[in-house]
Amino acid sequence: MYDEPALESKVTNKDIKIAARNVQVFYGDTHAIKDVNVEIQDKTVTAFIGPSGCGKSTFLRCLNRMNDTIDICRVEGDILLDSEDIYDKRVDPVQLRAKVGMVFQKPNPFPKSIYDNVAYGPRIHGLAKNKSDLDEIVEKSLRRGAIWDEVKDRLHAPGTGLSGGQQQRLCIARAVATEPEVLLMDEPCSALDPIATGQVEELIDELRDSYSVVIVTHSMQQAARVSQKTAFFHLGNLVEYGETSQIFTNPVDSRTESYITGRIG
Amino acid sequence: MPNLWILIIIGVVAVMGFVGARQRALSSGQGDIRNLHSLPSFYGTNAMLAGLIPSLVVLALWTAFQPLVIQSSVTHIIEADQELSDGQLSLAMTDVRRIATGLELAIETGRLDLNQVMDMRADVTDVRPLLGEMGVAVGSDVTPRDLDAAQRFVAMAQTGNLLKTVLVIALSVLGTAFAFVRTSAVFRARNAVERVTMALLIAAASIAILTTVGIVLSMIVNTVEFFRLYPATDFFFGTRWNGTSQLGVLPLLWGTLYISVIALIVAVPIGLFAAIYLSEYASPAVRSFAKPALEVLAGIPTIVYGLFALLTVGPFLLRVFGSGGTFGVDWMSGATAVITAGVVMGIMLIPFVSSLSDDIINAVPQAMRDGSLGLGATPSETIKQVVMPAALPGIVGAILLAASRAIGETMIVVLGAGAAARLSMNPFEAMTTVTTRIVSQLTGDADFTSAQALVAFALGMTLFVITLALNVFALYIVRKYREQYD
Repeated sequence: MYDEPALESKVTNKDIKIAARNVQVFYGDTHAIKDVNVEIQDKTVTAFIGPSGCGKSTFLRCLNRMNDTIDICRVEGDILLDSEDIYDKRVDPVQLRAKVGMVFQKPNPFPKSIYDNVAYGPRIHGLAKNKSDLDEIVEKSLRRGAIWDEVKDRLHAPGTGLSGGQQQRLCIARAVATEPEVLLMDEPCSALDPIATGQVEELIDELRDSYSVVIVTHSMQQAARVSQKTAFFHLGNLVEYGETSQIFTNPVDSRTESYITGRIG
Repeated sequence: MPNLWILIIIGVVAVMGFVGARQRALSSGQGDIRNLHSLPSFYGTNAMLAGLIPSLVVLALWTAFQPLVIQSSVTHIIEADQELSDGQLSLAMTDVRRIATGLELAIETGRLDLNQVMDMRADVTDVRPLLGEMGVAVGSDVTPRDLDAAQRFVAMAQTGNLLKTVLVIALSVLGTAFAFVRTSAVFRARNAVERVTMALLIAAASIAILTTVGIVLSMIVNTVEFFRLYPATDFFFGTRWNGTSQLGVLPLLWGTLYISVIALIVAVPIGLFAAIYLSEYASPAVRSFAKPALEVLAGIPTIVYGLFALLTVGPFLLRVFGSGGTFGVDWMSGATAVITAGVVMGIMLIPFVSSLSDDIINAVPQAMRDGSLGLGATPSETIKQVVMPAALPGIVGAILLAASRAIGETMIVVLGAGAAARLSMNPFEAMTTVTTRIVSQLTGDADFTSAQALVAFALGMTLFVITLALNVFALYIVRKYREQYD
């Protein structure tokens, strides 16, 4: 059920990609995230688990400043990406989001063709010098999204015409096309059936080679299957953070144990 | 009995039915509403509707058709006497109606009773002073024929009213009683009320549709009449319009389209940008103030816009583009011009475009924006490349609806664009539109059966077809692409 220990020891030595220090998030008067400290490693899959409303999605959205689009949301504390504060005034959130890509809970392909969906990011950021360059990026990204074989004959059909699982893999391909350094996934499989979920999980495992992946999930099996590191959130607090195998087999905090054994949630 | 009293009586019967059926339902459920199929008020409503609806329908139909029946019956009496032209007949009928009104008044005030009125003879009684007493002045002495017809009129009306009263009240009582008797714990009153509600809704929808059909039919009849007097080819392809002998529609259509296009050139960018600002950038505080403020524009009557065109915009444009103006060009000779009407009409359409577009942009799922922003797109890139394409079908629909309004607009054109029908490219010249010509053709003193007057119907029909086509096209576009992003 868990990754073998050999892999674990390998990842623990990796560099810190994102470091959060004393992060507080407020929605109006609600204190949604309380004093969270966490270090997310490069080339690792980190899972955020916890009951609904515990703040894991909120915290995820802080990592690429998607919370900026919500008027009443306020973030305090430091979040460092490669040792640079992403909430610094000099940081352009638009540039940041190009580096920290995001895949959402519900597949949200644009009402455009499959090709244009994937080419969207590269076009905006000028990643392709010419048409053939762009074609190449699109193909590479669709391959990385493990959907190339299914769509290569209909690249100019609308992306909204795909099935749910295909749409989600298209969205992942779209995020990958921008060549981010970190990929945030907010419950990417919650709208998918088990088969599509399996495909996406395989994909996440492959993405680990090139990116730091952070995934929010409600499925503890999924967290155990795909992640090397797990963070357990409860009522806005980061209760426990550590190696996935350790969290699931030998949690330190009693709340973590209660949650993974199904007594709270 | 006057209709008001009938209404009060059936109202009282309905209320009694409501209370009674409710009580009966409660007692048949041994006082516990859980023993009933429906809530007690449904039994009451059922009884109330059973009494109200048939009686109200009969009352309305009877009131509408009784005068027609009496009229045709009385017309026979007059026509039997001598052959009359349409005009003479309608004059004679007016007299008869006046006399009948006087006689009815006499009965109502108790001056005479019905038998006395019926026995009246023109050669014996002097009817005229009697009518004068009742406040009805008759031009000449009443002829036996007219009195005869009027007596017939009064008699039929009296019988008709009596029958109507009896029938309506009987229906109301019987309907209520029927529903009352049916009321029992197992009767499905809720379903019955639900069916009646649906029937009422269907009736409301049908009235709207039937009205449209009626309007079209009435226009078609007159349009066909017009084309009998004036060749259709001259109408559709004639390039001259003088309102009397030359009735070519092209200059009017050109004016209409020209002014509408200018209006849309003004309204679409401004309205669309306003909508984008309001829905994507404005803070809730700004939005809550600016959206209603913009929509106030939509509440201004178009005649006020017309005054604005006449008194403010026209002279302003004249100062800018007229001789000795700001630009030193002499393009404009009078304040009334295509551009004046077009600009003001554009201002009128801004809230229309912005309000519809705003709703459509808001309907684009937030997930689309998140997806784009999450890829590192700026808000304006997101709007341009994701939100707008997703909202485009709806926006096109909104623009086409605005275009239909521009084409149908009258008052602004009357005051702003002048009255000269001409085919010209110059937007600083006065031109006129289809709608304003319809008004002027019908408000003149032309005979209503002449081509000059009937052309208004052909114009109206042309306009109707154009706007209908635009609306259908708009609906088609909106429907075709509506669910693309779901």
